Amino acid sequence: MQYAVLIFESEQDFADRPGLMPAYAAYSQALAEAGHMAGGEALQSPHTATTVRLRHGERQVQDGPFPDSKEQLGGFFLIDVPDLDAALTWAARCPAAERCAVEVRPVLAMAAP
Amino acid sequence: MEGRRAAELAARQSFGKLVAWLTARCGDVAAAEDALGDAFLAALRRWPVEGVPRAPEAWLLVVARRRLIDRARRDRTLEMLLPELDAVAPGTDPETPENAMEIPDERLRLLFLCAHPAIDPGIQAPLMLQTVLGLNAGRIAAAFLVAPATMGQRLVRAKAKIRDAGIPFVLPPAEALPARSAAVLQAIYAAYTSGWDGRGEAGRDRGLTQEAVLLARLCADLLPEEPEARGLLALLLHCEARHGARRAADGSYVPLLEQEPDLWDRALIAEAEAALTQASRAGRPGRFQLEAAIQSLHAHRAVSGMVDWPALLGLYDALLALAPSAGGRVGRMAVLAELAGPAAALGELEALATAEPALGDHQPWWALRADLLQRSGQADAARQAYRRAIDLADDPAVRAFLRLRAGAESA
Repeated sequence: MQYAVLIFESEQDFADRPGLMPAYAAYSQALAEAGHMAGGEALQSPHTATTVRLRHGERQVQDGPFPDSKEQLGGFFLIDVPDLDAALTWAARCPAAERCAVEVRPVLAMAAP
Repeated sequence: MEGRRAAELAARQSFGKLVAWLTARCGDVAAAEDALGDAFLAALRRWPVEGVPRAPEAWLLVVARRRLIDRARRDRTLEMLLPELDAVAPGTDPETPENAMEIPDERLRLLFLCAHPAIDPGIQAPLMLQTVLGLNAGRIAAAFLVAPATMGQRLVRAKAKIRDAGIPFVLPPAEALPARSAAVLQAIYAAYTSGWDGRGEAGRDRGLTQEAVLLARLCADLLPEEPEARGLLALLLHCEARHGARRAADGSYVPLLEQEPDLWDRALIAEAEAALTQASRAGRPGRFQLEAAIQSLHAHRAVSGMVDWPALLGLYDALLALAPSAGGRVGRMAVLAELAGPAAALGELEALATAEPALGDHQPWWALRADLLQRSGQADAARQAYRRAIDLADDPAVRAFLRLRAGAESA
Protein backbone atom coordinates (compact mmCIF):
# COMPACT_ATOMS: atom_id res chain seq x y z
CA MET A 1 0.00 0.00 0.00
CA GLN A 2 1.25 3.50 -0.73
CA TYR A 3 1.14 6.26 1.86
CA ALA A 4 2.04 9.92 1.66
CA VAL A 5 4.08 11.09 4.64
CA LEU A 6 3.28 14.80 4.74
CA ILE A 7 5.85 16.93 6.48
CA PHE A 8 4.66 19.92 8.46
CA GLU A 9 7.22 22.50 9.51
CA SER A 10 7.31 25.60 11.63
CA GLU A 11 8.88 28.83 10.42
CA GLN A 12 11.97 27.92 12.44
CA ASP A 13 12.19 24.53 10.72
CA PHE A 14 12.14 26.22 7.33
CA ALA A 15 14.91 28.55 8.49
CA ASP A 16 16.93 25.61 9.85
CA ARG A 17 16.75 23.58 6.67
CA PRO A 18 20.45 23.62 5.75
CA GLY A 19 21.19 22.05 9.13
CA LEU A 20 18.42 19.48 8.73
CA MET A 21 19.49 18.28 5.29
CA PRO A 22 21.85 15.51 6.52
CA ALA A 23 19.03 14.01 8.64
CA TYR A 24 16.62 14.05 5.68
CA ALA A 25 19.29 12.56 3.41
CA ALA A 26 19.84 9.73 5.90
CA TYR A 27 16.09 9.15 6.19
CA SER A 28 15.65 9.01 2.39
CA GLN A 29 18.54 6.61 2.13
CA ALA A 30 17.11 4.33 4.85
CA LEU A 31 13.73 4.29 3.05
CA ALA A 32 15.39 3.48 -0.27
CA GLU A 33 17.57 0.74 1.19
CA ALA A 34 14.53 -0.89 2.81
CA GLY A 35 12.80 -0.80 -0.57
CA HIS A 36 9.98 1.49 0.61
CA MET A 37 10.77 4.70 -1.26
CA ALA A 38 8.19 5.53 -3.93
CA GLY A 39 8.87 9.24 -4.34
CA GLY A 40 8.80 12.59 -2.62
CA GLU A 41 9.82 16.22 -2.82
CA ALA A 42 10.79 19.06 -0.54
CA LEU A 43 8.93 22.33 -1.11
CA GLN A 44 10.29 25.85 -0.90
CA SER A 45 9.22 27.86 2.10
CA PRO A 46 5.64 29.23 2.42
CA HIS A 47 6.59 32.81 1.48
CA THR A 48 7.03 31.53 -2.08
CA ALA A 49 3.46 30.16 -2.19
CA THR A 50 0.60 31.57 -4.27
CA THR A 51 -3.00 30.50 -3.80
CA VAL A 52 -5.39 30.39 -6.73
CA ARG A 53 -9.19 30.14 -6.77
CA LEU A 54 -11.60 30.17 -9.67
CA ARG A 55 -14.86 31.94 -8.75
CA HIS A 56 -17.61 32.47 -11.32
CA GLY A 57 -15.07 31.81 -14.02
CA GLU A 58 -12.81 34.49 -12.65
CA ARG A 59 -9.32 33.76 -11.42
CA GLN A 60 -8.49 35.01 -7.93
CA VAL A 61 -4.83 34.97 -7.09
CA GLN A 62 -3.55 35.58 -3.60
CA ASP A 63 -0.13 35.76 -2.05
CA GLY A 64 0.60 33.08 0.58
CA PRO A 65 -0.13 29.46 1.36
CA PHE A 66 -3.49 27.75 1.97
CA PRO A 67 -4.38 27.42 4.80
CA ASP A 68 -2.67 30.25 6.65
CA SER A 69 -1.53 28.39 9.76
CA LYS A 70 1.61 28.42 11.88
CA GLU A 71 2.77 25.05 10.57
CA GLN A 72 3.04 24.61 6.84
CA LEU A 73 3.43 21.74 4.42
CA GLY A 74 7.16 21.55 3.75
CA GLY A 75 7.32 18.44 1.59
CA PHE A 76 6.33 14.82 1.40
CA PHE A 77 7.58 11.30 0.97
CA LEU A 78 5.68 8.65 -0.90
CA ILE A 79 6.32 5.30 0.75
CA ASP A 80 5.29 1.78 -0.18
CA VAL A 81 4.72 -0.42 2.88
CA PRO A 82 2.38 -3.31 3.80
CA ASP A 83 0.05 -1.48 6.22
CA LEU A 84 -0.60 1.55 8.44
CA ASP A 85 1.50 0.18 11.31
CA ALA A 86 4.55 0.04 9.04
CA ALA A 87 3.73 3.51 7.67
CA LEU A 88 3.50 4.95 11.20
CA THR A 89 6.82 3.35 12.14
CA TRP A 90 8.51 5.04 9.17
CA ALA A 91 6.68 8.31 9.78
CA ALA A 92 8.01 8.38 13.34
CA ARG A 93 11.56 8.13 11.96
CA CYS A 94 11.08 11.19 9.74
CA PRO A 95 13.08 14.16 11.14
CA ALA A 96 9.96 16.35 11.17
CA ALA A 97 8.20 14.00 13.62
CA GLU A 98 10.43 15.19 16.44
CA ARG A 99 10.40 18.87 15.55
CA CYS A 100 6.85 19.47 14.35
CA ALA A 101 4.52 16.79 12.97
CA VAL A 102 3.98 14.42 10.09
CA GLU A 103 0.64 13.33 8.72
CA VAL A 104 0.22 9.89 7.20
CA ARG A 105 -2.39 9.42 4.46
CA PRO A 106 -3.02 6.43 2.26
CA VAL A 107 -2.79 7.16 -1.45
CA LEU A 108 -6.07 6.63 -3.28
CA ALA A 109 -5.53 3.54 -5.41
CA MET A 110 -6.78 4.02 -8.97
CA ALA A 111 -8.22 1.02 -10.76
CA ALA A 112 -5.97 -0.14 -13.59
CA PRO A 113 -7.23 1.15 -17.01
CA MET B 1 -36.30 -13.15 30.50
CA GLU B 2 -33.09 -14.11 32.27
CA GLY B 3 -32.81 -17.18 29.98
CA ARG B 4 -33.26 -15.04 26.93
CA ARG B 5 -30.56 -12.68 28.18
CA ALA B 6 -28.23 -15.68 28.68
CA ALA B 7 -28.93 -16.91 25.15
CA GLU B 8 -28.26 -13.42 23.87
CA LEU B 9 -24.93 -13.25 25.71
CA ALA B 10 -23.99 -16.69 24.37
CA ALA B 11 -24.76 -15.57 20.82
CA ARG B 12 -22.41 -12.63 21.40
CA GLN B 13 -19.56 -15.13 21.84
CA SER B 14 -20.16 -16.54 18.35
CA PHE B 15 -20.65 -13.15 16.75
CA GLY B 16 -17.19 -11.79 17.63
CA LYS B 17 -15.47 -15.03 16.74
CA LEU B 18 -17.08 -15.09 13.30
CA VAL B 19 -16.51 -11.38 12.62
CA ALA B 20 -12.86 -11.83 13.59
CA TRP B 21 -12.48 -14.83 11.30
CA LEU B 22 -14.07 -13.03 8.36
CA THR B 23 -12.18 -9.78 9.00
CA ALA B 24 -8.90 -11.68 9.06
CA ARG B 25 -9.69 -12.84 5.52
CA CYS B 26 -11.24 -9.77 3.95
CA GLY B 27 -9.60 -6.94 5.95
CA ASP B 28 -12.88 -5.05 6.11
CA VAL B 29 -14.81 -5.15 9.40
CA ALA B 30 -17.90 -3.52 7.92
CA ALA B 31 -18.11 -6.05 5.05
CA ALA B 32 -17.57 -8.93 7.51
CA GLU B 33 -20.37 -7.65 9.77
CA ASP B 34 -22.76 -7.17 6.85
CA ALA B 35 -22.16 -10.70 5.57
CA LEU B 36 -22.57 -12.16 9.05
CA GLY B 37 -25.73 -10.13 9.60
CA ASP B 38 -27.16 -11.70 6.43
CA ALA B 39 -26.16 -15.13 7.72
CA PHE B 40 -27.93 -14.53 11.07
CA LEU B 41 -31.05 -13.42 9.18
CA ALA B 42 -30.95 -16.60 7.08
CA ALA B 43 -30.58 -18.62 10.30
CA LEU B 44 -33.63 -16.93 11.83
CA ARG B 45 -35.62 -17.88 8.74
CA ARG B 46 -34.39 -21.41 8.26
CA TRP B 47 -33.49 -22.88 11.64
CA PRO B 48 -37.05 -22.81 13.03
CA VAL B 49 -38.17 -24.76 9.94
CA GLU B 50 -35.20 -27.01 9.17
CA GLY B 51 -33.85 -27.42 12.69
CA VAL B 52 -30.62 -26.05 14.17
CA PRO B 53 -27.60 -27.41 12.27
CA ARG B 54 -25.20 -29.56 14.24
CA ALA B 55 -22.39 -27.04 13.87
CA PRO B 56 -24.22 -23.68 13.98
CA GLU B 57 -21.08 -21.52 13.86
CA ALA B 58 -19.76 -23.32 10.80
CA TRP B 59 -23.20 -22.97 9.16
CA LEU B 60 -23.19 -19.21 9.77
CA LEU B 61 -19.66 -18.95 8.48
CA VAL B 62 -20.40 -20.84 5.28
CA VAL B 63 -23.39 -18.58 4.57
CA ALA B 64 -21.46 -15.40 5.45
CA ARG B 65 -18.54 -16.46 3.28
CA ARG B 66 -20.90 -17.04 0.35
CA ARG B 67 -22.30 -13.53 0.83
CA LEU B 68 -18.81 -12.05 0.84
CA ILE B 69 -17.97 -13.94 -2.37
CA ASP B 70 -21.18 -12.73 -4.03
CA ARG B 71 -20.36 -9.22 -3.03
CA ALA B 72 -16.75 -9.49 -4.17
CA ARG B 73 -17.94 -10.62 -7.62
CA ARG B 74 -20.06 -7.47 -7.89
CA ASP B 75 -17.67 -5.07 -6.29
CA ARG B 76 -14.35 -4.49 -8.04
CA THR B 77 -12.59 -3.23 -4.94
CA LEU B 78 -13.28 -6.55 -3.21
CA GLU B 79 -12.43 -8.65 -6.25
CA MET B 80 -8.92 -9.40 -5.09
CA LEU B 81 -10.40 -11.21 -2.11
CA LEU B 82 -11.96 -13.92 -4.24
CA PRO B 83 -9.04 -16.35 -4.31
CA GLU B 84 -8.55 -15.84 -0.56
CA LEU B 85 -12.20 -16.61 0.21
CA ASP B 86 -12.39 -19.45 -2.29
CA ALA B 87 -9.40 -21.12 -0.70
CA VAL B 88 -11.02 -21.08 2.71
CA ALA B 89 -12.55 -24.34 3.89
CA PRO B 90 -14.41 -25.14 0.67
CA GLY B 91 -15.30 -28.60 1.93
CA THR B 92 -16.76 -27.43 5.21
CA ASP B 93 -20.05 -29.13 5.88
CA PRO B 94 -21.89 -27.69 8.85
CA GLU B 95 -24.30 -30.63 8.91
CA THR B 96 -21.65 -33.16 9.82
CA PRO B 97 -19.70 -31.86 12.81
CA GLU B 98 -16.71 -34.15 12.18
CA ASN B 99 -16.23 -32.38 8.84
CA ALA B 100 -16.99 -28.95 10.16
CA MET B 101 -13.96 -26.74 10.48
CA GLU B 102 -12.53 -25.71 13.79
CA ILE B 103 -13.01 -21.94 13.90
CA PRO B 104 -9.92 -20.35 15.42
CA ASP B 105 -10.55 -17.60 17.97
CA GLU B 106 -9.13 -14.43 16.50
CA ARG B 107 -11.07 -12.03 18.69
CA LEU B 108 -7.93 -10.75 20.39
CA ARG B 109 -6.80 -9.29 17.06
CA LEU B 110 -10.24 -7.76 16.71
CA LEU B 111 -9.93 -6.13 20.15
CA PHE B 112 -6.53 -4.68 19.23
CA LEU B 113 -7.92 -3.47 15.91
CA CYS B 114 -10.72 -1.57 17.68
CA ALA B 115 -8.28 0.02 20.14
CA HIS B 116 -5.67 0.93 17.52
CA PRO B 117 -4.07 4.32 18.27
CA ALA B 118 -5.11 5.55 14.80
CA ILE B 119 -8.78 5.22 15.87
CA ASP B 120 -10.38 8.08 17.82
CA PRO B 121 -10.24 7.00 21.52
CA GLY B 122 -13.86 8.08 22.05
CA ILE B 123 -15.17 5.54 19.55
CA GLN B 124 -12.97 2.59 20.60
CA ALA B 125 -15.36 1.23 23.26
CA PRO B 126 -18.46 1.50 21.02
CA LEU B 127 -16.53 -0.12 18.16
CA MET B 128 -15.60 -3.05 20.39
CA LEU B 129 -19.16 -3.49 21.61
CA GLN B 130 -20.39 -3.57 18.04
CA THR B 131 -17.78 -5.69 16.29
CA VAL B 132 -16.87 -8.10 19.10
CA LEU B 133 -20.31 -8.51 20.69
CA GLY B 134 -22.60 -7.54 17.82
CA LEU B 135 -24.54 -4.87 19.73
CA ASN B 136 -26.55 -2.53 17.56
CA ALA B 137 -25.68 1.14 17.32
CA GLY B 138 -28.94 2.22 18.98
CA ARG B 139 -28.22 0.30 22.15
CA ILE B 140 -24.65 1.60 22.29
CA ALA B 141 -25.84 5.15 21.63
CA ALA B 142 -28.28 4.96 24.57
CA ALA B 143 -25.49 3.91 26.93
CA PHE B 144 -23.11 6.59 25.68
CA LEU B 145 -25.78 9.31 25.72
CA VAL B 146 -25.58 10.26 22.05
CA ALA B 147 -28.18 10.19 19.29
CA PRO B 148 -28.40 6.79 17.54
CA ALA B 149 -27.79 8.37 14.13
CA THR B 150 -24.66 10.11 15.43
CA MET B 151 -23.34 6.89 16.95
CA GLY B 152 -24.08 4.98 13.76
CA GLN B 153 -22.24 7.57 11.71
CA ARG B 154 -19.19 7.56 13.98
CA LEU B 155 -19.02 3.75 13.87
CA VAL B 156 -19.26 3.72 10.08
CA ARG B 157 -16.51 6.35 9.88
CA ALA B 158 -14.22 4.32 12.19
CA LYS B 159 -14.73 1.16 10.14
CA ALA B 160 -14.08 3.05 6.91
CA LYS B 161 -10.82 4.31 8.40
CA ILE B 162 -9.78 0.75 9.31
CA ARG B 163 -10.36 -0.37 5.72
CA ASP B 164 -9.10 2.69 3.82
CA ALA B 165 -6.08 3.55 5.96
CA GLY B 166 -4.88 -0.05 5.93
CA ILE B 167 -4.90 -0.67 9.70
CA PRO B 168 -3.63 -4.25 9.87
CA PHE B 169 -5.51 -7.11 11.54
CA VAL B 170 -2.52 -8.34 13.54
CA LEU B 171 -1.37 -8.71 17.11
CA PRO B 172 0.91 -5.83 18.13
CA PRO B 173 4.64 -6.59 18.35
CA ALA B 174 5.91 -7.52 21.83
CA GLU B 175 7.39 -4.08 22.54
CA ALA B 176 4.07 -2.36 21.82
CA LEU B 177 1.93 -4.92 23.65
CA PRO B 178 1.70 -3.24 27.10
CA ALA B 179 0.61 0.12 25.69
CA ARG B 180 -1.79 -1.43 23.20
CA SER B 181 -3.33 -3.75 25.83
CA ALA B 182 -3.79 -0.75 28.11
CA ALA B 183 -5.90 0.90 25.38
CA VAL B 184 -8.02 -2.26 25.03
CA LEU B 185 -8.60 -2.43 28.80
CA GLN B 186 -9.37 1.28 29.01
CA ALA B 187 -12.03 0.88 26.31
CA ILE B 188 -13.64 -2.04 28.17
CA TYR B 189 -13.66 0.03 31.36
CA ALA B 190 -15.31 2.89 29.43
CA ALA B 191 -17.94 0.43 28.17
CA TYR B 192 -18.63 -0.67 31.75
CA THR B 193 -19.03 2.86 33.10
CA SER B 194 -20.97 4.11 30.06
CA GLY B 195 -24.34 3.43 31.63
CA TRP B 196 -23.42 4.86 35.01
CA ASP B 197 -22.21 8.33 34.37
CA GLY B 198 -24.69 10.76 35.72
CA ARG B 199 -27.56 8.34 36.06
CA GLY B 200 -26.44 6.07 38.85
CA GLU B 201 -28.17 2.77 39.33
CA ALA B 202 -31.05 3.75 37.06
CA GLY B 203 -28.62 4.29 34.20
CA ARG B 204 -26.92 1.01 34.96
CA ASP B 205 -29.95 -0.91 33.75
CA ARG B 206 -29.74 0.84 30.43
CA GLY B 207 -25.99 0.53 30.41
CA LEU B 208 -23.75 -2.18 29.13
CA THR B 209 -22.22 -3.54 32.33
CA GLN B 210 -22.88 -7.20 31.54
CA GLU B 211 -21.52 -6.82 28.04
CA ALA B 212 -18.41 -5.10 29.41
CA VAL B 213 -17.86 -7.92 31.91
CA LEU B 214 -18.12 -10.35 29.00
CA LEU B 215 -15.39 -8.40 27.18
CA ALA B 216 -13.24 -8.30 30.34
CA ARG B 217 -13.58 -12.09 30.77
CA LEU B 218 -12.67 -12.59 27.13
CA CYS B 219 -9.67 -10.31 27.46
CA ALA B 220 -8.43 -12.05 30.63
CA ASP B 221 -8.63 -15.40 28.79
CA LEU B 222 -6.97 -14.15 25.63
CA LEU B 223 -4.22 -12.18 27.38
CA PRO B 224 -3.07 -14.61 30.10
CA GLU B 225 0.33 -12.90 30.30
CA GLU B 226 -1.17 -9.47 31.01
CA PRO B 227 -1.98 -9.14 34.74
CA GLU B 228 -3.90 -5.91 34.17
CA ALA B 229 -6.48 -7.81 32.11
CA ARG B 230 -7.25 -9.99 35.14
CA GLY B 231 -7.08 -6.89 37.35
CA LEU B 232 -9.77 -5.19 35.28
CA LEU B 233 -11.94 -8.33 35.40
CA ALA B 234 -11.55 -8.45 39.20
CA LEU B 235 -12.49 -4.77 39.51
CA LEU B 236 -15.63 -5.11 37.37
CA LEU B 237 -16.72 -8.28 39.19
CA HIS B 238 -16.37 -6.57 42.57
CA CYS B 239 -18.56 -3.70 41.32
CA GLU B 240 -21.09 -6.16 39.90
CA ALA B 241 -21.18 -8.09 43.19
CA ARG B 242 -22.60 -5.01 44.96
CA HIS B 243 -25.38 -4.41 42.47
CA GLY B 244 -28.10 -5.63 44.84
CA ALA B 245 -26.80 -3.69 47.87
CA ARG B 246 -26.50 -0.17 46.43
CA ARG B 247 -30.17 0.58 46.85
CA ALA B 248 -32.42 0.02 49.85
CA ALA B 249 -35.84 -1.61 49.39
CA ASP B 250 -37.39 1.85 48.93
CA GLY B 251 -34.88 2.69 46.19
CA SER B 252 -32.77 5.02 48.30
CA TYR B 253 -29.00 5.19 47.89
CA VAL B 254 -26.81 3.18 50.27
CA PRO B 255 -23.12 4.20 50.45
CA LEU B 256 -20.53 1.40 50.35
CA LEU B 257 -19.67 1.51 54.07
CA GLU B 258 -23.33 1.17 55.03
CA GLN B 259 -24.14 -1.62 52.60
CA GLU B 260 -25.29 -4.93 54.05
CA PRO B 261 -22.60 -7.48 53.09
CA ASP B 262 -25.23 -10.23 53.03
CA LEU B 263 -26.62 -8.55 49.94
CA TRP B 264 -23.31 -8.83 48.07
CA ASP B 265 -23.02 -11.60 45.51
CA ARG B 266 -20.56 -14.06 47.07
CA ALA B 267 -19.97 -16.03 43.85
CA LEU B 268 -18.92 -12.87 41.97
CA ILE B 269 -16.68 -11.81 44.87
CA ALA B 270 -15.01 -15.26 44.86
CA GLU B 271 -14.44 -15.00 41.11
CA ALA B 272 -13.04 -11.48 41.51
CA GLU B 273 -10.68 -12.61 44.26
CA ALA B 274 -9.45 -15.55 42.17
CA ALA B 275 -8.77 -13.25 39.21
CA LEU B 276 -6.90 -10.77 41.40
CA THR B 277 -4.79 -13.47 43.05
CA GLN B 278 -3.85 -14.83 39.65
CA ALA B 279 -3.00 -11.32 38.42
CA SER B 280 -0.78 -10.57 41.41
CA ARG B 281 1.36 -13.66 40.72
CA ALA B 282 2.96 -11.82 37.80
CA GLY B 283 4.44 -9.30 40.24
CA ARG B 284 3.59 -6.40 37.94
CA PRO B 285 1.02 -4.20 39.68
CA GLY B 286 -1.03 -1.78 37.62
CA ARG B 287 -3.90 0.65 37.88
CA PHE B 288 -6.69 -1.90 37.52
CA GLN B 289 -5.08 -4.42 39.88
CA LEU B 290 -4.73 -1.71 42.55
CA GLU B 291 -8.31 -0.51 42.09
CA ALA B 292 -9.48 -4.14 42.33
CA ALA B 293 -7.36 -4.61 45.49
CA ILE B 294 -9.07 -1.56 47.05
CA GLN B 295 -12.47 -3.11 46.30
CA SER B 296 -11.23 -6.46 47.58
CA LEU B 297 -10.36 -4.89 50.97
CA HIS B 298 -13.89 -3.44 51.17
CA ALA B 299 -15.35 -6.83 50.23
CA HIS B 300 -13.38 -8.38 53.09
CA ARG B 301 -15.76 -6.61 55.50
CA ALA B 302 -18.21 -9.43 54.73
CA VAL B 303 -15.82 -11.79 56.52
CA SER B 304 -14.05 -9.67 59.15
CA GLY B 305 -16.83 -7.19 59.88
CA MET B 306 -14.33 -4.32 59.63
CA VAL B 307 -12.29 -2.32 57.13
CA ASP B 308 -8.49 -2.42 57.16
CA TRP B 309 -7.92 1.34 56.83
CA PRO B 310 -4.08 1.36 57.00
CA ALA B 311 -3.91 -1.24 54.21
CA LEU B 312 -6.39 0.84 52.15
CA LEU B 313 -4.25 3.95 52.57
CA GLY B 314 -1.24 2.01 51.29
CA LEU B 315 -3.18 0.90 48.21
CA TYR B 316 -4.36 4.45 47.47
CA ASP B 317 -0.78 5.71 47.76
CA ALA B 318 0.38 3.05 45.31
CA LEU B 319 -2.51 3.82 42.96
CA LEU B 320 -1.86 7.57 42.99
CA ALA B 321 1.85 7.03 42.35
CA LEU B 322 0.99 4.92 39.29
CA ALA B 323 -2.16 6.60 37.95
CA PRO B 324 -2.96 9.95 39.58
CA SER B 325 -6.61 10.99 39.34
CA ALA B 326 -8.99 13.35 41.12
CA GLY B 327 -11.21 10.43 42.15
CA GLY B 328 -8.21 8.58 43.59
CA ARG B 329 -7.04 11.63 45.57
CA VAL B 330 -10.48 12.18 47.08
CA GLY B 331 -10.78 8.47 47.86
CA ARG B 332 -7.48 8.61 49.70
CA MET B 333 -8.73 11.55 51.80
CA ALA B 334 -11.80 9.55 52.85
CA VAL B 335 -9.46 6.84 54.12
CA LEU B 336 -7.25 9.40 55.84
CA ALA B 337 -10.29 10.76 57.68
CA GLU B 338 -10.82 7.33 59.23
CA LEU B 339 -7.18 7.09 60.30
CA ALA B 340 -6.27 10.66 61.32
CA GLY B 341 -9.70 12.11 62.04
CA PRO B 342 -11.94 14.47 60.05
CA ALA B 343 -10.07 17.67 61.01
CA ALA B 344 -6.71 16.45 59.69
CA ALA B 345 -8.28 15.12 56.48
CA LEU B 346 -10.21 18.37 56.01
CA GLY B 347 -6.97 20.35 55.98
CA GLU B 348 -5.45 18.10 53.35
CA LEU B 349 -8.66 18.14 51.31
CA GLU B 350 -8.54 21.96 51.15
CA ALA B 351 -4.89 21.79 50.14
CA LEU B 352 -5.84 19.44 47.29
CA ALA B 353 -8.27 21.98 45.87
CA THR B 354 -5.69 24.77 46.11
CA ALA B 355 -3.27 22.69 44.06
CA GLU B 356 -5.98 21.53 41.62
CA PRO B 357 -8.71 24.16 41.12
CA ALA B 358 -10.68 21.76 38.86
CA LEU B 359 -11.75 19.96 42.04
CA GLY B 360 -14.09 22.89 42.64
CA ASP B 361 -16.55 21.16 40.30
CA HIS B 362 -15.81 17.61 41.43
CA GLN B 363 -18.87 16.18 43.17
CA PRO B 364 -17.09 13.59 45.35
CA TRP B 365 -14.76 16.33 46.67
CA TRP B 366 -17.77 18.39 47.86
CA ALA B 367 -19.58 15.35 49.27
CA LEU B 368 -16.54 14.35 51.30
CA ARG B 369 -15.93 17.94 52.40
CA ALA B 370 -19.54 18.26 53.58
CA ASP B 371 -19.24 15.03 55.54
CA LEU B 372 -15.93 16.02 57.15
CA LEU B 373 -17.21 19.49 58.08
CA GLN B 374 -20.28 17.93 59.65
CA ARG B 375 -18.18 15.46 61.57
CA SER B 376 -15.93 18.25 62.89
CA GLY B 377 -18.96 20.23 64.08
CA GLN B 378 -18.79 23.09 61.54
CA ALA B 379 -22.53 23.17 60.89
CA ASP B 380 -22.80 26.30 58.69
CA ALA B 381 -19.90 25.39 56.41
CA ALA B 382 -21.22 21.82 56.19
CA ARG B 383 -24.63 23.04 55.07
CA GLN B 384 -23.08 25.09 52.27
CA ALA B 385 -20.87 22.20 51.16
CA TYR B 386 -23.86 19.85 51.08
CA ARG B 387 -25.74 22.31 48.91
CA ARG B 388 -22.89 22.33 46.39
CA ALA B 389 -22.54 18.51 46.51
CA ILE B 390 -26.27 18.13 45.87
CA ASP B 391 -26.15 20.59 42.94
CA LEU B 392 -23.29 18.66 41.34
CA ALA B 393 -24.86 15.20 41.80
CA ASP B 394 -26.65 13.83 38.72
CA ASP B 395 -28.12 10.72 40.34
CA PRO B 396 -31.49 11.61 41.95
CA ALA B 397 -31.00 8.91 44.62
CA VAL B 398 -27.64 10.38 45.60
CA ARG B 399 -29.19 13.88 45.79
CA ALA B 400 -31.93 12.57 48.08
CA PHE B 401 -29.34 10.84 50.25
CA LEU B 402 -27.25 14.01 50.59
CA ARG B 403 -30.34 16.10 51.40
CA LEU B 404 -31.14 13.65 54.18
CA ARG B 405 -27.58 13.89 55.52
CA ALA B 406 -27.63 17.68 55.38
CA GLY B 407 -30.97 17.68 57.23
CA ALA B 408 -29.73 15.29 59.93
CA GLU B 409 -27.02 17.81 60.70
CA SER B 410 -29.36 20.77 61.17
CA ALA B 411 -31.88 18.70 63.16
